[in-house]
Amino acid sequence: MSPTSSSEDLKGDTARRKPGRSGSRSPLIRFLARRVLTALLLAVGITLVTFVLTNLVPGDPVSANLGQRALGDPAIVAQWRAEHGLDKPLPQQYLMHLQGVVQGDLGTSQQSHRPVMDDLAESVPATLELAGAAILISLVAGVAFGVVAALRRDRLSDHLLRVLSLIGISVPTFWLALMAFYVFFYRLQVTPGSGRIDPTMSPPPQVTGLYTIDSALAGQWDVFASAVGHLITPALVLALYTIGLLTRFTRSAVLEVLGQDYVRAARAKGLPGRVILFRYVLRSALVPIITVAGLAFGSLLSGTVLVEAIFAWPGVGQYAYKSATTLDLPAVMGVGLVVGGVYLVINLIVDVLYGVIDPRVRLQ
Amino acid sequence: MSLLAISDLKVSIGGKEILRGVDLDLRAGRVHGLAGESGSGKTMTGLAVLGLLPHGARTSGRIALGERDLLAMPAKELNTVRGGEVAMVFQDPATSLHPMLSVGRQLTEHMRHHLGLDKKQARARALELLGQVRIPGPEGAIDRYPHQFSGGMRQRIAIAIALACSPKVLIADEPTTALDVTVQAGVLRLLRGLCDDLGLAVLLVTHDLGVMSAVADEVSVMKEGLVVETGPRGQVLRDPTHPYTRALLESLPGETS
Repeated sequence: MSPTSSSEDLKGDTARRKPGRSGSRSPLIRFLARRVLTALLLAVGITLVTFVLTNLVPGDPVSANLGQRALGDPAIVAQWRAEHGLDKPLPQQYLMHLQGVVQGDLGTSQQSHRPVMDDLAESVPATLELAGAAILISLVAGVAFGVVAALRRDRLSDHLLRVLSLIGISVPTFWLALMAFYVFFYRLQVTPGSGRIDPTMSPPPQVTGLYTIDSALAGQWDVFASAVGHLITPALVLALYTIGLLTRFTRSAVLEVLGQDYVRAARAKGLPGRVILFRYVLRSALVPIITVAGLAFGSLLSGTVLVEAIFAWPGVGQYAYKSATTLDLPAVMGVGLVVGGVYLVINLIVDVLYGVIDPRVRLQ
Repeated sequence: MSLLAISDLKVSIGGKEILRGVDLDLRAGRVHGLAGESGSGKTMTGLAVLGLLPHGARTSGRIALGERDLLAMPAKELNTVRGGEVAMVFQDPATSLHPMLSVGRQLTEHMRHHLGLDKKQARARALELLGQVRIPGPEGAIDRYPHQFSGGMRQRIAIAIALACSPKVLIADEPTTALDVTVQAGVLRLLRGLCDDLGLAVLLVTHDLGVMSAVADEVSVMKEGLVVETGPRGQVLRDPTHPYTRALLESLPGETS
């Protein structure tokens, strides 16, 4: 007998082949283009939602911003409303707002009397630095802990990591922030106090707005050390919840993949253990991990409000709190846009990563 | 000449005896069929050869590859035998190939590891292998992913992967069970042809006596962790001595003597 293939076998395969066979390059670009387009549409949606929600809140920005005496004078009230475009119908207000957003004009904060854009340009980098550090820490630690727990299942290290992750998930962030501040700064005095850098130093020349990166770029190493020192505690506090979450999810994802046929097949090929772990196991496990990470980072952003308040971190969270309590509508809308935009970017990154990792998503 | 000799192989998992003293002899250029019902220990025998038994399995006996005993081999050395001298093809190619790695990657990675080939050499060899297992258009197929192939094609790719490092022994665990009946014959003919051309010793694990009668030279029948009958195909399938073998044959629809 000679090895000849049955004709059925061949037909089945050619039927699946798409016309104009393609490599992996161009489908990836098409995939990316589709995702970015969807994201842009969503961005317009975000402007609409923030606008409508902000205008639905039961509260009158006029009474929140004018003094008692000015409120008694209808002429002043009318003038103030006209100044802020509040006398126009809502759809027209939205269009004016949208036009402003496109031009980078988010209106003037009624609180600081500065363009909202300028306020955000100061507070957004601060939050990005804090949240970014927390995301980085939780990704590295959460995935590493999860892999270790899965590989050493039911041994001591697995049990210890389970306790740690449960603590991370169940301890409220604000309590943890207060305790960390109290213990490490007030009692032990091992960490610097509140703020982004030592109050005696001046911020590094602004490039990215992230003090750690800017100071390193400028070669100001004393500022860099201070910025890292100030960043580490709030970032860890913020990260602990996501570390716990990612540890749990990574553990179960890795355990599930370890039981797959293709992992046994990889062992049968005599591949070294680390190749099997990184190439075969982690690649598959990353898909559920990324999904959870994307969701977790959303909740991490809301955690920044509390952590920023306790560590006096001059970020978006503090700004949002201040503007919401004073009914500073332009500022609230600006914050809403920024937070919505960040969610959008996180989701876009998650979607793109699916495509990069899994050819079945990319090649559809 | 005997390439792989399994003698008195016992395996127990969690105190339960799975194999109770299995003897098998695989020869170059011969297909040795291993039959038996589900749970008789056929698959465990195959896995034991490569040290792929589930966690906590205890083994005794001897699995001799030439002069070396695979059961007594240190893990590192066993890893050079796996995929290098003894290769395996699994039941379902839809799950035994990694869905996110290209065919080329899965064909070349162990060649580069075991044989120390560089990227170009490994790719050239991979293309040659794809042709050998009759994949149409190897140049295009090598950069594609498993989900872009049909079941029969995937199993051919899995066979190509198994053959990559020129093993002497091939363990095929139910290689056609997950395939459509129409493509089973093609894969079996391929296995038979490779066995003849390359002088492979093939252990064909299957519960399908039809498959067995089509390609096996020798047949062993397992029941409850023991080999109850072994011998040339014609003798075992036409003139069985053990009542269990007779029962198995009689259970075949339309093939009772």
